[in-house]
Amino acid sequence: MSANYEDRNRNYDDRQRSYDGDDDGDRGRGPGRGGRRMHRRRICRFCIEKVDIIDFKDLRMLSNYVPERGKILPRRISGNCAIHQRMLAEAIKRARNIALLPYTTD
Amino acid sequence: MAEQRQYEVLFIVDPGADDDEVAKITDNFKQIITDQGGTITKAETLGRRQLAYEILRKKEGVFVDIELEGTGKEIAELERRMRVNDRVLRYLTVRMDEDRRRAEKFKDKRARKAAKRPFGNNQSGRRASEFPASEEAAEA
Repeated sequence: MSANYEDRNRNYDDRQRSYDGDDDGDRGRGPGRGGRRMHRRRICRFCIEKVDIIDFKDLRMLSNYVPERGKILPRRISGNCAIHQRMLAEAIKRARNIALLPYTTD
Repeated sequence: MAEQRQYEVLFIVDPGADDDEVAKITDNFKQIITDQGGTITKAETLGRRQLAYEILRKKEGVFVDIELEGTGKEIAELERRMRVNDRVLRYLTVRMDEDRRRAEKFKDKRARKAAKRPFGNNQSGRRASEFPASEEAAEA
């Protein structure tokens, strides 16, 4: 997080601009970094498929949300709704406990 | 009688055990559950599979899944036995009834929402509320 912040500041310096002191991110700064992500549609795949229970044994489904490192894919990437993300996280943690998914990969 | 709850118990048996031994262990556990007053709704051997990480230097194990209904007393006894049994590498008990109730609620909510919509998602384009039965069938 902080590394990212510094990165951004360095970017400003490169472009001969100073940090304007506010932390509103990129709002109102034209077609900058902020604009890129804004039009991304948020789609919860579980809502569309009307999934009510996420089974921790369903590895084929869970592995879609566990990148190589073994972490849980964040909501901002997958686009899941809060309810389903919570259910998914719970299922992944259960699967880890019973050695269906790794805690870490190195 | 106390409240009935639904549980799912998943446990891993040592890979050194052959099919007979796995069956014996599973039957033993089933016996314990019924002795304690629980009822088994499902028992399934999921088979031998790779573990995601080593447990007691074992790289694979036999997964067995038991679903049961009971008060929680049999879970306590079952877990005690599994802890002692060194053929069981690991176990996980999950309470299912709460999740299932919640799932029912979601389903109801969706059904109500669909009924409220003047022209529901049914292709015929007729009012969904006029055909609650068909709507429910589509939902299920």
